[in-house]
Amino acid sequence: MRRTLTVVFAWVAAVLLAGCGTAATSGGTASGPPAVKSLILATTTSTQDSGLLDELLPAFTRDSGWQVKTLAVGSGQAIELGRRGEADALLVHSPAAETEFMAEGSAGSRRLVMHNDFVLVGPQADPADVKGTSSAEAMKKIEAAKVVFISRGDDSGTHAKEKGLWSKAGVTPDGSWYQSTGQGMGETLRVASEKAGYTLSDRATYLAQRGTLALDVLSEGDPGLLNVYHVIEMTKKAGDLVQPDGAKAFADWIVGPSAQRLIGEFGRAKFGQPLFTPDAGKDESTLGE
Amino acid sequence: MDVLFNGLVDAIRLLLTGDQDSWSITALTLRVSLTATAIALLLGLPLGATVALARFPGRRIALAAVNTGMGLPPVVVGLFVTVLLWRSGPVGGLGLLYTPTAMVIAQAAIATPIVAALVAAALQQVDPDFRVQMQALGATPIRALAALLGEARLPLLAAAMAAFGAVVSEVGAAQMVGGNLAGQTRVLTTAAVLATSRGQFSLAIAFGIILLLIAFGVNLSLTLIQQRQTVMR
Repeated sequence: MRRTLTVVFAWVAAVLLAGCGTAATSGGTASGPPAVKSLILATTTSTQDSGLLDELLPAFTRDSGWQVKTLAVGSGQAIELGRRGEADALLVHSPAAETEFMAEGSAGSRRLVMHNDFVLVGPQADPADVKGTSSAEAMKKIEAAKVVFISRGDDSGTHAKEKGLWSKAGVTPDGSWYQSTGQGMGETLRVASEKAGYTLSDRATYLAQRGTLALDVLSEGDPGLLNVYHVIEMTKKAGDLVQPDGAKAFADWIVGPSAQRLIGEFGRAKFGQPLFTPDAGKDESTLGE
Repeated sequence: MDVLFNGLVDAIRLLLTGDQDSWSITALTLRVSLTATAIALLLGLPLGATVALARFPGRRIALAAVNTGMGLPPVVVGLFVTVLLWRSGPVGGLGLLYTPTAMVIAQAAIATPIVAALVAAALQQVDPDFRVQMQALGATPIRALAALLGEARLPLLAAAMAAFGAVVSEVGAAQMVGGNLAGQTRVLTTAAVLATSRGQFSLAIAFGIILLLIAFGVNLSLTLIQQRQTVMR
């Protein structure tokens, strides 16, 4: 009887000790300010799901000594995390929401990093007959045909862009054909593929996953489909624990020459075309020309 | 279907080739969930024993609360812990969010009610005469409780297994308080979710299979302890 208890408690104690020991070590590397500096980057699912961050962040850590904790969420949530001071830097693609956010004054600088474009993808059979039309025209046709359209529905940059396209087309998406996943780009593409529906995707995520999807690009290339990424530095105005030096280190680095070269090269080997166009220092109004 | 087969092949390959990333993800999963289970046992045993055996007003309500806690949704626990650990939260200055420690806290919060509820159920089913007997024999309350726990050891080990099973398989809290940071807080469940959203289905299945294997390993060792003691009796 007592042996049982001894065994149980010995097990508990052993696990506890082992756990604490290792947890303490990793806590030290993850959060101990003197040893390793660590900043929080809130960014979009597209930069993670496409694999771009896996390429960039190790290089940044090597160059700057800053470790990065990445939170891949929708742009809406990323901006909210910045507003609350829970993130030090933002890499986002929801220009209208960003401009509004900058006006609040808690963010420092906002700089252009890169762009790619959105594509309207759908089943090969193309029941709404949108292939080759402009984005606004395509949205109108999808609404008229009432074919399944899968929306992100998560206040991400892609969702904001999609809502903009509907209003540009002058239609309000409503009804059982218009479905909202509330999930990231990867999942949303998958749902669209399974339901043979249409969806709006950034080109990078679509290309990175094209092999597993039954979706074709149907409408692309018009200026309304530009997808522009900015880096935003947060300041102490958002919260006492924000690290402006980390934010500046990251923002300076990602618009610098070595990161811009990595961005321009990313995906070339695997997809035959780069997934993003580096844009640091350019004038935003000249993009896509 | 070939995804399932490729997943199996991938799992075996990852395990055999000693893939660095997969091993560190697996090690972290074990470390976080075992620590959380251990803490849950330390907190849940006395809590469960109290609501099962002590006589105090509101005991039944407490028991119902503990039983409800068995169904705590990990996402809700994760959200709670996240808000507490935020930089703007009460203990934000510790910088614990997005660390393995935060994951242990959240998982311990999920597992403690499970341990407490199962311990309470186990102790209540021991013959009430047993306690009376122990007291009649002059045992101190501590000795009596120890004897009682010994009597209920099978369900107690089952409580440990249930707690471990609940935390090692949950994804909501691990994702929210850990952030799924590569090399820091990525565990098997969150890695599987990420692989899925990247369209790497075989890899996701492989992580799932590794998860099943380690859950089996832990439960096998607990079961061996449990059954050996039964035979020795």
